[in-house]
Amino acid sequence: MDFALSEEQNLLAESLRRFLRDDCPVTRIRELVAETPGSDGGTWAELCDLGLGGLLIPEQHGGSGLTLLDAAIAAESLAWGVAPGPFLGSAVMAPIALGAAGGDDQSKRLLPQLSAGSLRVAVAASELCGRRGDVGVEVVDDKLHGRVSMAIDGIGADLLLVPVDSSESLALVETSADGVERTDLRTIDRTRGFADFAFDGAAVGEWVGQRGGCSAAIARMMDAGRVVLAADILGASERAIEMAVDYSKQREQFGRPIGSFQAVKHLCAEMVAELEPARSLVWYAAHAFDAVPEEASLMALHAKSLLSEIGPFIVRTATEVHGGIGFTDELNLHYWFKRVGVDRQLLGTPTTLRDAAAEAQGWI
Amino acid sequence: MDLSFGPEYEAFRREVRDFCARHSAEAPRAEVGMAGGRPSEALKKWQALLIEHGYAARQVPVEYGGYGAEPDILKSVIIAEELNQAGLSRGIGGQGPQMLVPTLLEQGNEAQKREWVGPTIRGDVVWCQGYSEPNAGSDLASVQTRGVEDGDDFLITGQKIWTTTAQASDMMFALIRTEPDASKHAGLSYILLSMDSPGIDVRPLNTMTGEAEFNEVFFTDVRVPKTNVVGRRGDGWTIANTTLKHERNMLASSALLDGSLRKLLALMQEQTIDGLRAIESPVLRDRLVALQSRVLALKYHDLRMLTARARNEFPGVSALVTKLAGCEVSHQLNALAIDAMGELGVLYEKSPGVRSSGQWQNQFMFTLGLIIGGGTAQIQKNIISERGLGMPREPKPGNPTK
Repeated sequence: MDFALSEEQNLLAESLRRFLRDDCPVTRIRELVAETPGSDGGTWAELCDLGLGGLLIPEQHGGSGLTLLDAAIAAESLAWGVAPGPFLGSAVMAPIALGAAGGDDQSKRLLPQLSAGSLRVAVAASELCGRRGDVGVEVVDDKLHGRVSMAIDGIGADLLLVPVDSSESLALVETSADGVERTDLRTIDRTRGFADFAFDGAAVGEWVGQRGGCSAAIARMMDAGRVVLAADILGASERAIEMAVDYSKQREQFGRPIGSFQAVKHLCAEMVAELEPARSLVWYAAHAFDAVPEEASLMALHAKSLLSEIGPFIVRTATEVHGGIGFTDELNLHYWFKRVGVDRQLLGTPTTLRDAAAEAQGWI
Repeated sequence: MDLSFGPEYEAFRREVRDFCARHSAEAPRAEVGMAGGRPSEALKKWQALLIEHGYAARQVPVEYGGYGAEPDILKSVIIAEELNQAGLSRGIGGQGPQMLVPTLLEQGNEAQKREWVGPTIRGDVVWCQGYSEPNAGSDLASVQTRGVEDGDDFLITGQKIWTTTAQASDMMFALIRTEPDASKHAGLSYILLSMDSPGIDVRPLNTMTGEAEFNEVFFTDVRVPKTNVVGRRGDGWTIANTTLKHERNMLASSALLDGSLRKLLALMQEQTIDGLRAIESPVLRDRLVALQSRVLALKYHDLRMLTARARNEFPGVSALVTKLAGCEVSHQLNALAIDAMGELGVLYEKSPGVRSSGQWQNQFMFTLGLIIGGGTAQIQKNIISERGLGMPREPKPGNPTK
């Protein structure tokens, strides 16, 4: 019985955080993303050199064949540094979908490029959970018609995964193909790039595996995405707490550090009391994805919905601990606030996910 | 990350499971186990059988009446899981076996261990804890009950409060101010005293639940031999903290939360509101799933803390949050059950129409007591922020004459 991270996992977190602190601090990220959301200025290539692109990709396809827990640890560290880059789409959701349903040929061709960071695959998940408005894609004579919104890592993507046929099939569409129109979006969080795509008779390009028969792969892709988003919230929240606690020890008012006031101490205690049990749930959800598959979906729903509740509480409380300076652009704390704000809404809001959890357990 | 226990532990689990199957008829039913706060004869017999097999008092050395196994937290967990699974009593619990015995083994002298450990784990001697006082709650170190030297004895005068099972206890372990000239924390001694001593008056303390879960204990010149001091005179604060460490381990248990959650789900599947089952209400259901997330988080948090203990590591701030987080979830589970019952949720005691004997209201109030007891939520937050996050302590009040 060993419910803890391995030495390798702790080293992965340490080395990623060191890299982000020394080579890609938030002051640099600000400049990178000033023009284009999610623009990483070569950081993603450097992270792929560290192995981040291929964490979940089998060794025979150029990756390191690790588990979702390793990916969650990486996501946590990336969010700790509000790192830009297409980790969720290109390193988690696309490799999981391709690994689960893609044929040998397809995997051999695409996975090494994903691992190296030379290929970026966006994911159009807006139809899969909590579909809004007029989103929807139809396939007529192998051509796509319709639109998707908020495609994850959509800005700068080479390929786009589009679920069609009532989530039975996954089309892999070239974003530069005729009949594809990309509209870049601006969210509150500039560290990741989202885009809408409209299709007007665009070629499917290729199917992931066979047309039809992708529903299990899509479910795995969503589970993995949710766990990694929960880990993202975990890392961002952890950093927000660190910043709040450090600041409270330095900032003096009424002749003493504000951290000596119980009002401030209790805010900080509440943040960690929320975060630490939630961390344990994220670890388990990630572990279950590989080791306890029958629990994987439910745990992913719980992890994502719980972290989506406590994350916003933590980043808002950390902002309050800072007082006025926390509200300024200059302090940069809002990068973490906004990262969590976006994470919460992606792949299902908490109420949507809890509804799905009740249904998964046969309660309704 | 490996949640399997491995062959050695699985073999141990089979052994415990076989024991449960063979002896289930001998286990006392839960409701007759503790009669009026004292273990029944049947429970004492069961306890003796558990000790003989190493399933109770497992780490207590043989010379003091225990089983004498090496500490192995995983085996302790397996024993608890298997006995729970089989619906069998885990033996005699309470403040004697769970708090005093580990404290004595760590801090007591040879004579004290020989005199008290055996009878306590066998259930022959029942203990209560004398820490809190009317003016020493969160500020526990300010206890005023004093022990005045009189030859080889102390004469103890004062008052304790929040004393669980005082009326049923033979003995008390108490914090007494024996060194009036020493500083606040250095003036206390940890003293064992007989509840039969002349000068002790126990009065039940009714709480908001309508039951007397606690007592007040009054002392007037109660004579206690100096040899009943555990550790050195004036070291009481340190020794009491040893006990409190064991109390905190006792209070946090996610298995209980899981049990409450299951009962709550059953209730929500059965209770109807306007003809619809409570579970079919999207709002109530959402609250249930949100609480399930938290119960699961605490379950895996327990595994994380267990791993740290098995490795002899101190897990830092993550270990300090369990009481705060767990008690709140427990309170909220009961709150949801009451809402799921609508206006009938207020029925209590032996009222006609009462659900589950009024247990949900009773536990809703009792868990508020748990949020306060054993260090209030606010004291927990001080501990988390000061010890866990290294935040500065509140400065001592300045001299008001300045």
